[in-house]
Parts: sequence; structure tokens; C-alpha cells
Amino acid sequence: MPDWGISVVFEGQNFSRLLIGLLVSLRIAAVAVFFAAVGGVVLGLLMTSHCRLVRWACRLYLEAIRIIPILVWLFLFYFGLTKIFQIHLSAEIAADIVFSLWGIAEMGDLVRGAVTSMPRHQLESGMAIGLTKLQVYRHVIIPQAVRRLIPSAINLATRLIKTTSLVVLIGVVEVLKVGQQIIEVSILKTPTASFWVYAIIFLLYFIVCWPISLYSKKLERKWQS
Amino acid sequence: MDYAFVAASIPLFIKAAELTLVLAFWGISLSLAVGLACALVLYYRIRVFDKITVVYIELSRNTPLLIQLFFLYYGFAKIGIKFEAYTCAVFGLAFLGGSYMAEAFRAGLEAVTKSQIESGLSLGLTRSQLMRYIILPQAFAVAVPALGANAIFLLKETSVVSAIALADLMFVAKDLIGMYYKTTEVLLLLVLFYLALLLPLSMMLTYIERRVRHAGLGN
Amino acid sequence: MKKKSPEKVLEVKGLKKFYGESEILQGIDLAVHRGEVVVILGPSGCGKSTFLRCLNGLEEIQQGEIRLNGEQINGAVNGWHRVRQKIGMVFQNYELFPHMTILENILLGPIKAQGRKRSEAKEQAEKLLERIGLLDKRDAYPAQLSGGQKQRVAIVRALCMNPEIMLFDEVTASLDPEMVREVLDVMLELAQQGMTMVIVTHEMNFARAVADRIVFVDQGLIVERAAPEIFFHAASDGAGPQVLAYF
Repeated sequence: MPDWGISVVFEGQNFSRLLIGLLVSLRIAAVAVFFAAVGGVVLGLLMTSHCRLVRWACRLYLEAIRIIPILVWLFLFYFGLTKIFQIHLSAEIAADIVFSLWGIAEMGDLVRGAVTSMPRHQLESGMAIGLTKLQVYRHVIIPQAVRRLIPSAINLATRLIKTTSLVVLIGVVEVLKVGQQIIEVSILKTPTASFWVYAIIFLLYFIVCWPISLYSKKLERKWQS
Repeated sequence: MDYAFVAASIPLFIKAAELTLVLAFWGISLSLAVGLACALVLYYRIRVFDKITVVYIELSRNTPLLIQLFFLYYGFAKIGIKFEAYTCAVFGLAFLGGSYMAEAFRAGLEAVTKSQIESGLSLGLTRSQLMRYIILPQAFAVAVPALGANAIFLLKETSVVSAIALADLMFVAKDLIGMYYKTTEVLLLLVLFYLALLLPLSMMLTYIERRVRHAGLGN
Repeated sequence: MKKKSPEKVLEVKGLKKFYGESEILQGIDLAVHRGEVVVILGPSGCGKSTFLRCLNGLEEIQQGEIRLNGEQINGAVNGWHRVRQKIGMVFQNYELFPHMTILENILLGPIKAQGRKRSEAKEQAEKLLERIGLLDKRDAYPAQLSGGQKQRVAIVRALCMNPEIMLFDEVTASLDPEMVREVLDVMLELAQQGMTMVIVTHEMNFARAVADRIVFVDQGLIVERAAPEIFFHAASDGAGPQVLAYF
């Protein structure tokens, strides 16, 4: 067979279009990561508050986000808000909001876990050798909390990136959609193109996510000792 | 709120929920089997297979289910291998879930202490008896929370199979919205049905977790 | 003083063990006769526990011979499980299986490893449990027992395999002082009934009471061996100050 179909991927602008499509998903993920980093810390600290009502509300938020599949949330924000509240959100903005909310919730839980798993004695023994509370937090507690946090936080980031692939289902023109367009155009000339296009997209996600997870494992191992 | 419409749509949603559950059931069961096999391969360091397993785990954990499904369903079709949507979905779920279950089992296996193993060996148990009576039960108890969380995760992931035209809850919802524009009613039903599927599962798993933990773990 | 039986249950010749570059055990020779109780004493970290673990194959030896009832057992890489059925070992941390009841813990070895019938094994297990006064705990889980009770169960678990020889690795070291007594009493009774035992311990009075022979190990070598009276008498005599400096 002279034409293996993979050439389609590298024809003309196709590859760069695919990459741009990937960037669309990555942008959504980046926005979510940013808000998760900021909002998650706030939420996490709130979740350790002494006020039961606050803890409860946070818990409700977290569980609600978690129990409903993300795709359903995307539907709710994209189709639902439009119909019910007459707010017209573009698919991208709806995606930004949903993923940010999810990221904040998950990050909040991670932060809460890191903070509550701190051995109590750390603060006391730090103060016992004469450090102020602030100093203990700065030099002892926060570095340790960060170490417990980072691997899971990176894992969350990877999950965010992978899940942004769903936005194609609410019409965002990202890498999968671009791939489908490329396939449609070459359907007559090179019917096998779809195999290679999807294979490339598969590899693109892998190339983005794998190094991140490797780095996280490296960090974990480094800090284990 | 058009209640008549809601009532009329319920049978459709029930059928879709059935499909979702059946898919999830097969996906979860297969991924448990795959996961255990992978974990054992890695635990016993079986040559060649352990490398394959590592490659598999990295590939499946770093790519989204949606892409895997598209690749299997649309991609292979054009080079002559046509998979049925149903098969694709189950395979995709098992492929993705297997690596997560493998990780859960691996952590469980490693949690069984060396002294426990030595204690079993000192009684004259063979390696396979050791695995069956001492290691696996304890590993399983440790792994249950993670296995349960993965099961719930996989049930939620079934929402993705609507993309390859399987009539699950998402597909039905999208269909109905497109046809009748009764967005609010459809979305309400969608959320309710997912809650109806996921909340009981979540509670059942918390119960199992507690029972397994209560089985006197800890010397 | 017990009359020494001629039959050698365990014979160790020239046992050497290396851990990387360091020689942990530098050539141990030991013979244990049937019904004899040998107590191994020595400072921490000198290889006593390692030596015991070599005897049932939990540690590999690089040189030397171990014979059980005349048959060589070291080097039996795949057959160790059969050998271990004849060697009972009790660990410092009891290591009962937390997911099984006391009775199931005791029955696992006889039924699965030795292939005995459940009814027969159960009868023996319950008899043994009764002897140590824990029959009513047979359906309890290890987590519900105290340290001393768990250790006594561990001894019974090893005993139920009908071993030729029993090895005890610092079995009272993890116990609260109140519970040490009940475990030592069980071991004393076992000794009086003629079980062949090799005991590693720190309990001096116990060693004096139970041992037929005392072996002193220091830095991987046997430095001194004697009958207890001679060994401990030398202490009050002032003789052998080097050895006794450790106490």
C-alpha cells in the first residue's frame, strides 16, 4: 500500500492545526490549575475551620463536584445556564468555570489532608526550642505540608489536562475536533487517515502528560528520603 | 417545568441507566482482573511481562478515555478492524481502569510486612499458599478504599461513551435536548439519575470499607 | 542436670554469613541434642537473631553446613517449606495473622502446609490452647488479645506443627514486664516436657532456669559455651570477666 495515511498528519498545516487545538485544551487546563492553586489553598484552610457550618458548606461543595461526572457539569453549565438563567456562556468559558471549580474542590481536599496530617507535636517541639509560632510554620510546617501536597497536586494537574478532552463534546474546537476535520477532508483520498490522526492525538496527550507524571514520581522519591 | 415531559422521559432514562450500569459492571470487573494480574506480575518481577505491564500502565494513565475510545472505534474502523461500540466501551474502561486498579493492588501488596511473610514461611507454607492465605487477604483489605474509589471513577467515566454513540444517560440527555429543547427537565433528570447510580455505590463502598477494616487488622 | 540424649537434632558446622562486605557470622559450630535447651546470649547486634534466622532459611548462608536429623538442609532453596514444617519459630513481634481468628492462625500450618485433616488438627490446637488457658479466645482476633496472650498463641501455633526443634527469637523483648512471666512459664513447661529448643533471650534468670547449655556469641563467633551453673557461677567468682562485662 503506497499511501499509509500517516502522511495526512504532516500534510500542509494539519500538524500545526492539531497542536493549536491541543493548546486550546491546555489553556483551559492552565486556567483551572491557576485557580485551583489559589482557591484550593483557601478552600483547604477553610475546611479546617472551627465553624461547623463553614466546614459543612465546603464539604457539600466538594462532594457535589465529585459525585456528578464532569461531563454532566459541562452540560449543566453550557446548556443549563443558558436555558435557565438566560446567561449565554461560550463553551470555552463554561469549560473554564467547570474545570476551575473542580480543580479548586480537589485541591482544597488535598490541602486539607496535608494540613490535618501534620503531626501535632511539630508545632509544640518547634516552639519548645524557642521559635515563634510564625517561624515554626515557615521553616517546619509549611515545607512539610508542601512536600505532602506536591505529588498529589501534580497528579491533579495531569487529571485536569486529560479531562479537558471532554470539552469537544460541548463543541469546543480543540485537538479532537481538529482531528475530525482533517479526517473529513481526506476521507476520500486517504480513508486510513483516521487511524493515524487519532493515533497521533493519543500520542500527543501522552507526550504532554507522561513527563509531568515522571517528574512527580521523581519528586516523590527525592522527598521520600 | 413540564412534569408530563419529565414523566414521559423517565423510561428512556431508565433504559439508559441500565446500559450505564451494565457497562460499568463489565468495565469494573475486567479492570479488577487486569489490575490484579498486573500487580502480581510486578510483585513477582516476572521478566518481560513486567516491562510490558509498566508500558501499559504509563500509556493508559497518561491518555484520556475519550481519545482511547475514538482511537479504538473510529480509528481502527478505517483500517478494516471494526469494533462494536459496546466492545470498545468495555475495552476502553477496562484498559483505563486496569492501570488504576493495578496501582491500588500494588500498594496493598507492598503493605504486607516482611515479618508477616516470614511468619507464614516459618510455618512451612509454599509461596502460593503464602500469597493466597496471608498476602492477598491483607493486601486486599488495604486496597479496598482505592479499589472502591476507582470503581466510582469508572462509573462516572461511562458518561464518555456517549461520544461513540452508545445510548447511555449522556447520549439520551443530549438527544432529548436537541429534539425537544426541554433543557431544564432533561438536565434535572440527568443529574437525578446519576445521583441515583452513584450515591448508593458510594455508600455501599463506605460500608464495605468499614467492614473490611473491622476484620481485626493490626497487630 | 538432664542426661544428654545422643541424638543430634541440629548440627551446624562452620556457618558463615556475609552482609555485603561485613562478616556477620564468622564460623559458628553448634550441635543441639534431642530434648536439649540451648540458650544463646550476647550483646545486641552480634548476630544472634541472624543466626537463628539462618537455621530456618530466612537468611542465606555463604559457607557452612546445617543438618537437621542428619540431613543437610542449607541450600535447599525450593524445599525450605518442607524443612520449615519441622522447625518451629517464634518471633519477637509474634506476627499472628491479623485477618484470621486465633484458631485459624493455629490451624493454617497443619492443614495447608502439612495437609492434615481439620478435625485432627483442631483437636490438637484446642488441647494446646487449653493448656495455656486461652481456649475461650479461639474465635477472637489477634487485635483483641494482649501482647503476652498473642505471644503464647504464637508459641502454640508453632507447636501445633509438631516440630523437631523450636527456635525462639527474643520472644519477650517486646512485651510489658507483667506479661513476660506468662510467656516464660510456657517455655519452661515446654522445656520440661522434653522439647528441643534454641532460645535467644536477654532474660538472665530465665536463661539460668531453663538452659541445659549456654552459648555466648560475640561479634559473630561463639566465645564461650558452658552449662549454666558454670557460666553464671563464673560471674560471681570473678572469672571470665570479659564475657561478664556485658551484663
